[in-house]
Amino acid sequence: MCGAGAVLLSSLGSNSDLLKQDTKNLVEAKYYEKLPHRKIKCVLCPRECVIDDLETGYCGVRENYGGTYYTLVHSRPCSAHVDPIEKKPLFHFLPGTTAFSIATVGCNVLCKFCQNWEISQARPDQINNYDMPPEKIASYAKNNGCKSIAYTYTEPVIFYEYMYDCAVAGHRKNVKSVMISNGYIQAQPMRDLCKVLDAVKVDLKAYTKEFYKKLVAGRLQPVLDTLVLLKEEKMWTEIVYLVIPTMNDNPQELKRMCKWIVSELGPDVPIHFSRFYPVYRLKNLPPTPTKTLEMAYNIAQDAGIHYAYIGNVPGHDGESTFCPNCKKVVIRRIGYQIVENHVSQKGICFNCGSKIAGVW
Amino acid sequence: MVDERKIKRRKFLKSSFQAAGGFYLTGLPGCQAESNQNKAEEANQSKVVIAQNKLVRDKNKKLNGDQVGKLLDNAMENLLQFNHSSKAWQRLFNKNDVVGIKVNCLAGRGLSTNYELVQAIVEGLKSAGVAEKNIIIWDRANRDLEKAGYKIQTNRNRLKCYGNDQVGYSRKLYEFGEVGSSLSNILVRQCTTIINVPILKDHGICGVTNALKNYFGAIHNPNKYHDNLGDPFIADVNMLPEIRNKTRLTITDALTAQYEGGPPFMPQWTWQFNGLLVGFDPVALDTVAWDIIEKKRKEKGLPSLKQANREPTYIATAADSNHRLGCNDLNNIKIDEV
Repeated sequence: MCGAGAVLLSSLGSNSDLLKQDTKNLVEAKYYEKLPHRKIKCVLCPRECVIDDLETGYCGVRENYGGTYYTLVHSRPCSAHVDPIEKKPLFHFLPGTTAFSIATVGCNVLCKFCQNWEISQARPDQINNYDMPPEKIASYAKNNGCKSIAYTYTEPVIFYEYMYDCAVAGHRKNVKSVMISNGYIQAQPMRDLCKVLDAVKVDLKAYTKEFYKKLVAGRLQPVLDTLVLLKEEKMWTEIVYLVIPTMNDNPQELKRMCKWIVSELGPDVPIHFSRFYPVYRLKNLPPTPTKTLEMAYNIAQDAGIHYAYIGNVPGHDGESTFCPNCKKVVIRRIGYQIVENHVSQKGICFNCGSKIAGVW
Repeated sequence: MVDERKIKRRKFLKSSFQAAGGFYLTGLPGCQAESNQNKAEEANQSKVVIAQNKLVRDKNKKLNGDQVGKLLDNAMENLLQFNHSSKAWQRLFNKNDVVGIKVNCLAGRGLSTNYELVQAIVEGLKSAGVAEKNIIIWDRANRDLEKAGYKIQTNRNRLKCYGNDQVGYSRKLYEFGEVGSSLSNILVRQCTTIINVPILKDHGICGVTNALKNYFGAIHNPNKYHDNLGDPFIADVNMLPEIRNKTRLTITDALTAQYEGGPPFMPQWTWQFNGLLVGFDPVALDTVAWDIIEKKRKEKGLPSLKQANREPTYIATAADSNHRLGCNDLNNIKIDEV
């Protein structure tokens, strides 16, 4: 059949042979339910995708093969770097240390302002990936002097199984694990994950349902639920709020959010107000003016939040940590660098002896 | 037996090609030809040809390539109102084209674009002067094509067959409405024109998948665009200029169709429609496809797609004033059955 002009045909194996080939090196996903007619329902994130045979979920990295759900990215990170922990940003978790930072492709939301959209919105076959099993990640982290492994850049919820296994492997080598997440995950998988994590940073992208619907393709409530769950689990948590001009910089919205944080999470949860830069599908907006970030910073302080920060404005005083008791600078930062540190290894302010919240 | 069939078909096409060449040179010269062509295309914009013939299958229900070719010839002749299919192909394509044949092989064996049809399209293109090396049979991924039985072929001097993963996606982000996507380099860089060759089938999320939905195989992030029954995302994808401007013809493979349980192949819900839907207007084609599936569902005692909470509303969106991709009113679609 394969002569010139004929459409090229290949011989075919049996269905079970093809299925075996497709799933040969794949790891079965956690948190899904089998449905009739080879469908499955994913219950890892609040989206709860119902997925037909040979289709992927919204995340693009979990695929149904014959009624069994697989992760396509276990041990296949597309990015691996050694970063300062401050870059995550986590300012109250082993400050001044480095994190071995990894990501796979994929994400379970679709932020129109995503800074890493080339990898977060891609699928595994579209990007070059490394072959890095969990033990290798733990070894790389240890050998590079990293105190932690960070699951970051894209959305680690979608590579849950890999993250979990890396965290277990890391702990065997005394390397901690931090998750840099949008918090868009269901309660049970998050609770299970808390057993192997040491800190979580959550992007709270706005405090309105409308923003989440229009600009994130997600919902606000599950993120708030995750934050409350992390508090219940006593997980060290910091929040990042990317301030986007005209989209989520309304002072009343910020006041409501800060009030909620103080009442539901407590005043010791740090919040980082980060500067937005026009990117991806929001190129029509300007970068966030510094005065807008300062406004948000002041609102947080007025609401009683102990540790408010301004991000992506190197050299700004808002990058530094102030003791909530004596009001003195206890950690002075410029960008990701720590230039002064007046906190003891037990988290005590050298000036007044007060406890500074965090993991030290 | 197979070779014999191929030879017969080639001989037929060879004579068609010669006759059509003569017509083109003497019948429609210069601007007059262009003007007539525009009129003809305008008149045919919302026309859908449904070509059916039980003879496309032999007694063992296997497809007969020669008969599939004849079915396509009939459809093309009717669509463009020529009495010879090669003239129709020549009206649409020429030797300068690099043609992508966008198939649909997601469901693997049983419900993918049939190679007998693709082969007939290739022969049609060749009759219009398109060199075999300038034809690319194309889908989302090499693995999809392979699972449907196609062989990956990348030799630059031959007929090509490969997936987007062979050549990657554009660095540029193409945007319209709710959609922002990188496009297959096959579409953006390699092809001057596309023949869209979808499958007629039910879709578990979007209701129906046919012409418009098939271009989810040309973007890098289709997984992001199934919310809200794919509406307006499917319409938005089809507004991207590279898709809208390069699509010259749609030929729906409805030789085997599926009215429930799609997009994967569910043999219990397929039927042998033994037909093709051919036209220029993707919205009209989808409207007709939806109608066919609804009728079959009713015949089988299944609820309508609306009752099943998956009415393909994206078809109406594609026809709205923001998109104007075609006609979704069955009363205004000229349906020719041949």
